Amino acid sequence: MTRPPKKTTGPAPSPRRPKKEATPVVAAPVIAAAADAQLEETWADAPGFWGWLTTVDHKRIARRYLVTAFIFFLLAGLAAVAMRLQLSKPENTLLSPARYNELFTIHGSTMMFIFAVPIMEAVTVFLIPLMVGARALAFPRLNAYSYWVYLAGALTLWIGFILNVGPDIGWFAYTPLSGPEYSAGHRADIWAQMITFTEIAALAVAVNLMATILKMRAPGMTLSRMPLFAWSTLVTSLMTIFALPAVMLASSLLMSDRLLGTHFYNAAEGGDHILYQHLFWFFGHPEVYIIFLPGLGFVSMITATFSRRPVFGHIVMVLALISIGFLAFGLWVHHMFATGLPRLGNSFYTAASMAIALPSGVQIFCWIATIWSGRPVFKTPLLWVIGFIVTFVIGGLSGVMVASVPLDLQLHDTYFVVAHFHYVLIGGAVFPLFGAFQYWFPKFTGRMLSETLGKWHFWLFFIGFNVAFFPMHILGLMGMPRRVYTYPSGMGWERYNQIATLGGVIVVVSVLSFIVNVLTSLRRGVPAGDNPWDAPSLEWAATSPPAPYNFAHTPVISSREPLWEQREVLPIMTGLSTAEREVLVTTPVDAEPDNRQSSPDPSIWPFVAAIATTMVLIGTIFSEWALVWGAVPLTIAFSGWFWPKRPRRGAKQEPQ
Amino acid sequence: MKQAASGLIALLLLCGCSGVQTPLDPAGDQAASIHTMWNVMLVVCSFFYALVIGGLLWAVVRRRREPVPEPQASAHDPGIERTLAVWTGLILAGLTLLISWSFFVDRSLAQTHDDQALHITVTGYQWWWRVEYQDGPVNQWFETANEIHLPAGRTARIKLESGDVIHSFWAPNLAGKMDLIPGRHNVLDITPRRIGVYRSQCAEFCGMQHAHMALPITVESPEAFKVWRAHQLQAAKAPTSQQEAFGKAVFETKACAFCHKIDGADAGGRTAPNLTHLASRPSLAADAIPYSRGALAGWISDPQGMKPGTKMPNVPLTSAESSAVVAYLDSLK
Amino acid sequence: MSLRCPSTGKALLALAAVAALAGGCDRERRDLGASMPEGGPQIQTTDLTPGRGGVLPPDPRGQLYEKSAYHVSEGSRLFRWYNCSGCHANGGGGMGPALIDDEWRYGSSIEQIYGTILEGRPNGMPSFRGKATEQQIWQLAAYVRSLGGETPQASSSRREAMRSTPPRNQVTPPKPKGEGAPAVQGTAR
Repeated sequence: MTRPPKKTTGPAPSPRRPKKEATPVVAAPVIAAAADAQLEETWADAPGFWGWLTTVDHKRIARRYLVTAFIFFLLAGLAAVAMRLQLSKPENTLLSPARYNELFTIHGSTMMFIFAVPIMEAVTVFLIPLMVGARALAFPRLNAYSYWVYLAGALTLWIGFILNVGPDIGWFAYTPLSGPEYSAGHRADIWAQMITFTEIAALAVAVNLMATILKMRAPGMTLSRMPLFAWSTLVTSLMTIFALPAVMLASSLLMSDRLLGTHFYNAAEGGDHILYQHLFWFFGHPEVYIIFLPGLGFVSMITATFSRRPVFGHIVMVLALISIGFLAFGLWVHHMFATGLPRLGNSFYTAASMAIALPSGVQIFCWIATIWSGRPVFKTPLLWVIGFIVTFVIGGLSGVMVASVPLDLQLHDTYFVVAHFHYVLIGGAVFPLFGAFQYWFPKFTGRMLSETLGKWHFWLFFIGFNVAFFPMHILGLMGMPRRVYTYPSGMGWERYNQIATLGGVIVVVSVLSFIVNVLTSLRRGVPAGDNPWDAPSLEWAATSPPAPYNFAHTPVISSREPLWEQREVLPIMTGLSTAEREVLVTTPVDAEPDNRQSSPDPSIWPFVAAIATTMVLIGTIFSEWALVWGAVPLTIAFSGWFWPKRPRRGAKQEPQ
Repeated sequence: MKQAASGLIALLLLCGCSGVQTPLDPAGDQAASIHTMWNVMLVVCSFFYALVIGGLLWAVVRRRREPVPEPQASAHDPGIERTLAVWTGLILAGLTLLISWSFFVDRSLAQTHDDQALHITVTGYQWWWRVEYQDGPVNQWFETANEIHLPAGRTARIKLESGDVIHSFWAPNLAGKMDLIPGRHNVLDITPRRIGVYRSQCAEFCGMQHAHMALPITVESPEAFKVWRAHQLQAAKAPTSQQEAFGKAVFETKACAFCHKIDGADAGGRTAPNLTHLASRPSLAADAIPYSRGALAGWISDPQGMKPGTKMPNVPLTSAESSAVVAYLDSLK
Repeated sequence: MSLRCPSTGKALLALAAVAALAGGCDRERRDLGASMPEGGPQIQTTDLTPGRGGVLPPDPRGQLYEKSAYHVSEGSRLFRWYNCSGCHANGGGGMGPALIDDEWRYGSSIEQIYGTILEGRPNGMPSFRGKATEQQIWQLAAYVRSLGGETPQASSSRREAMRSTPPRNQVTPPKPKGEGAPAVQGTAR
């Protein structure tokens, strides 16, 4: 039964003072204290450890994701440091070949599956409801479940590595090397199952974000008024939904070959090794854009705020995001140019791979045009954006180089490609990510990060990264292949390897400075107001950090930059219940209020379901019966989860 | 812009980019063709990068000293819009140029030089290469391992197969790479021009000793190639000393003959490299170790120590047997 | 007590996961030969010993190889390389007896299989002494055990375990209680 709530312009909020002041400013509208208190109580979590386990608050879960993903980033980075130390000398004996192979497998797998996608999702999970004016995500308990499943997958891989049963087949795990004949034991199964864990989590988050963006935007936030970050999240989520099933299929068929005796990848019995590569890369290429697109969203938001004007060419930017999302699915064969596929088909993928440079190039123009025509304020987040442009474009251009089939036949599987993808992934995703941390830290925690330490962090990282990875272009052109645990002396590769190792050390120092910045700012950082940067988007209307219910009242939007266009009066809408958890559902395109929906209360069932899922997935590594017996706890968990909520008797629906 | 580009190329060359395993020092037609692609790419990409950095610098430097005012609404700026259109057109033009050039270079690589091609089959194993010359009448076919000789000026058509996992054959000075995939037959054409010894290395991760799976490719004059080929067709040299004879006997009766083949000895194993002319090769263990008698002795006594994970086991031999085998194998020129 | 990776058990799944992961250390270790112990067991040629049951004492080296997935996998490679399938096919037998059934002419313990491969046997099994190294013979023995489904489940891949059920036309009728081992068949089936 739909009951469209009353739409009023409530009392005007206290006018926000310009961002020059550091004293906290009350931005939320002043409302009756009693109603506010009831709202607090309705949306509060249980205290202590139980509350931590049962929370469905997207901000708490996002913080968890952020911390966890960052810790794994550090661990994978340590693996990379170990690799660089091994490679600093020819015929070095620091690491055995088995150990080195395990290290580069876990470095790649962690960075791609456990750090890059989840941390982008973490930032979006925190910000999207705030940015679109909603109280919660569309599926809060699914969000909680996704975190626990993600954590289980990450732990499976790393505990395996620590116990010396970790995979050593590369993060891509080509067959037949990863198949039953050449990969003994369960190392490869641990890898394949880690994929299942992390992809369930990623799919859950993608579905959540899509539903939130499409159906829970604040009234008046039509699609054309939606911020660019929400657009990039929407496209990323769609891409996730289409791409991740391919890798789940690839890894599940691999497990089936290894554990059940099927022959999907066995050429001798009618299978095909190329099938694995197609399935993997059909996911693998969109995956890097899934990592990259949220970064573009960060860049757009930061550029607008610090150029003091909206991003130039909004429509063009949206179209570029959408076209990147589509084109990304038509490129995957460029990872397989050397496999002997028909050459005319290869040329088609050259064209497609180069074509995707067009929307990216257009976006770069728009950001530069924004800075050019704006009044840039060179705080740390904008520095990261500038660093992003300088670095990512190198990666993009080296990508255009390897997109060409003949050139790729020389550069494929050399350090040139290693340089290329680190330039696009670190330049295109990690630079914006650090900018996003600096930018949104006040919103997450209520305190500002230190500008001085931030600038040190930026410059050390920028210099260290380039010192580490630029020589790899040259190493590739000098013939050094990838995934080698050592190399012969006399090839002339020593000097550049040493330089790269030195760069790695500088990056470590830079990341340490970031950690110091975060830890000290958490305790002694300058308290931030609601909108310390005077940014235009809606998340800055909430308090810093936001209350559990995000906004006391739903804002009503009439422009793309609500906090700039509607500085004096931000209209609100009343009518959502404060006695129980309720969210507003609006129409997908025009965001007209549609109905009120009750939002799930905190619950232990997502955690229980995650435990049951973990038992099933780890059990299947060892026995197929785990699927059968594991269905029992799974059924119990999901039944508890979906048990219908009885309407509270006597709850008064108080209109505000 | 061209000067900057050629300056860059010169800089790269200064880094010692002439070498035995580099695509920047082409010694064959295919590599030369790809090298032109590289040069075009470098010039075009540097041009676009310069534009981007120039634009960024201008944007950053332009309004630095003006005070920070209230944010402005987005105004309609036809100048920037025109520039965007020009930029888009430039990118389209650049991409069209690169795509077409790439297409035509790729086409030239794919052209079959069938008539006089030298037919070779290379089979990849963990972690060595079986090389079979299957050219001409069948009684002119022979097999060797971990080395290739090619006559300059004649196209070699190399059929690529795999005996276990995916490998990749890559001789950067001569041509691009091509994978060896079990269950598939791939073909790579190489037309070497310049005489010399080049290094080829496996370029697809194939397990523990992927780093030590390379092979030297000797490009020589057609006459020298004929001599080498005739020599390869001969059976192994008979032992000339008592120690060598004893070594041959040890080879045939112990574990060696189980896996290795020597034409002319009673050893017909197919699962390990053919050793008929072992001592004439420049290196051992797929170019992991330069060849010398001492290296050979070390390899036989402890292959796991020198190349951990290799399929060759540590065969227990007495010191007399070991030195005899080394003496025999060292005589197999 | 060695940590056997557990077989299916509904109640023990969670525990099994942890235990299996911990016990997996043995399963996944790759011993590349330099550190492996030398030699094999003393082969007992007769069990006509007064007062003793004639049972060969288990050799710890055998356990090491059996539990290791790496060694079983190496054994499967050597089974192909040394052309064991020439007589034994892929375990189903041909000229030589089947290795996937539960009839073992010369004993089914890993030490006995080791001895069979090392020494050769009458009726056509050749001796591999001096041809295959001791470690390789252990690996082959471990693989042969896995063909019969005798190795701990975690060390062989499921594919080997699935092959351990005998082919339908070779299922022997159940032995009546009280009788000793069935008489050795004169010819392979």
